[in-house]
Amino acid sequence: MTEIWQGLTRALELIFTLDPEVMEIAGRSLTISVTSTILASLICLPLGSLIHFRNFPGKRFLVSIIQTFFSVPTVAIGLFVFVLFSRAGLLGGLDLMFTPAIMVIGQVMLITPVMLGLTISALSGVDKAILDTALSLGASDFQASVVALREARYAVLAAVIMGFGRAISEIGIALMVGGNIKGFTRVITTAISLETSRGDLELAIALGIILISIALVINIILNRVQQR
Amino acid sequence: MAFIETVNLSQKADDRYILQNINLAIEKGEVFALIGATGAGKTTLLRLLNLIDTPASGKIYFDGMDTAQSARSRLEMRRRMAFVLQKPVVFNRSVFDNVASGLRWRGENKSRLREKVSHILEEVGLLPERNRNARTLSGGEMQRVAIARAMALEPEVLLLDEPTANLDPVSAGRIEELITEVIKHYTTTFVLATHDMALGQRLADRIGVLVNGKLLQVGNSRDVFATPGNRDIARLVGVENIIDGVITSNQDRIVTIDIGGRLIEAISDYAVGRAVSACVRPEDITLALSPVSSSARNSYPGEVTWAVAMGPLTRVEIDCGFPLVVMVTRKSAEEMKLVTGRKVFASFKATGVHVIRKN
Repeated sequence: MTEIWQGLTRALELIFTLDPEVMEIAGRSLTISVTSTILASLICLPLGSLIHFRNFPGKRFLVSIIQTFFSVPTVAIGLFVFVLFSRAGLLGGLDLMFTPAIMVIGQVMLITPVMLGLTISALSGVDKAILDTALSLGASDFQASVVALREARYAVLAAVIMGFGRAISEIGIALMVGGNIKGFTRVITTAISLETSRGDLELAIALGIILISIALVINIILNRVQQR
Repeated sequence: MAFIETVNLSQKADDRYILQNINLAIEKGEVFALIGATGAGKTTLLRLLNLIDTPASGKIYFDGMDTAQSARSRLEMRRRMAFVLQKPVVFNRSVFDNVASGLRWRGENKSRLREKVSHILEEVGLLPERNRNARTLSGGEMQRVAIARAMALEPEVLLLDEPTANLDPVSAGRIEELITEVIKHYTTTFVLATHDMALGQRLADRIGVLVNGKLLQVGNSRDVFATPGNRDIARLVGVENIIDGVITSNQDRIVTIDIGGRLIEAISDYAVGRAVSACVRPEDITLALSPVSSSARNSYPGEVTWAVAMGPLTRVEIDCGFPLVVMVTRKSAEEMKLVTGRKVFASFKATGVHVIRKN
């Protein structure tokens, strides 16, 4: 018990003195996850509009598949990316293994289904008459879908925040294809895992507090947004 | 070729025809009203004319061009029109942004956009509300935003779907006033869908009557109002007395119609023996307490079965061997003491009867 108490006080010290190592790891976590979220948004918002507004055979089946992948295990994505990008893999030639770039790729794969699915359901909540009105006033199909996304902006923002939350808290991909290389691919989750196994609880707890704080901030924003 | 023309235009939903073989020609600058009951296909037709939907079969020509073209050129044609939908939906943005949206999509430059939008907002009386979120407006105000949003585009064609339905009488009056102003001051071609015959008659040059997806009658509004082509149209344009009978004589177009013992005289070309319906508008019938000798050829004694005040008028139902509905002013209803059981004489002129084929 005293060990945990000591760890906690030391952890707060690390945070409030802006310990360089803690800050560096937290900063990298944020950078990688924000990048993944932006890239996934660039994919999901247009693709989600396309899926929602176009009618094609197998649309419902596709949406079911997307929803199935909401809770895909991070290690499954990690394994898939590992196989794909390892030396002998299909994309092995790109030589991206154990870099922040491949972590971003993995996270984008991880959060795309959630963000896509939630974008589609956000758009389903938009009155069809809004779209008709936009078209009748001379909007192109693209302009009309921008209108729909803007009408559903709070629900769409919630989708984006969900994606970010899932990206920053995952460990499977970061560990398996990131490699937890100090100063290069070490992020909050992998660092906590490593420091805990090494018995350095202070650093682990400090990073844990930061991770929980980020989660808290995300939840507060999400709640605010959904109450609008 | 007319400005807007449809050839054998049909639309289907779930293998059922909602519009069938519509052939319509609307001239440039004309105010055209589509009259029909709810579900007759008015909205479907407007959506096709606006090129939002594509027809199941048939052609639409706009300004001489076949509209069955690429999405790009359909968009270009659609941008020459504006369509005010029946349900006034506003975007969840400010009143200004709502009215500006169509111009923004057309790439209008900022200063001209600001000028145009402010001008239109002034015209519809919404300038003080320009920064308010449009979602917080009342129904009538939303409808004004919807009309302003369309007018800001200075469209060559303005399509209006039931512009005054779902509004309280005061708001409906304001909207009608606004539309009248627009019709007066702009050279826009108007296509107006409404189930309100009187509104159509007040605003339109010509009227087309839609019944169950078919265009049954097109003509200037007076003609359609006075001489409906069949029973459905007669009902739609407010003819309450439709009495079935058979023509028993025809002398110089003055016909006698036998309606089961009693006779009605009317003007018609139909030959003896033809089964017809005599249409008499309730406001064309006069009531008196004693037999009157006037030019009215048709006069029947009867008894009031029901009388109810409707605003400035009173609607009186009479049994004179056959039922008749009569509209009289409230004042004369009071003077004649028109209550249930009162004996009266109902009369109408032969020229007040419109004879249609029985169907």
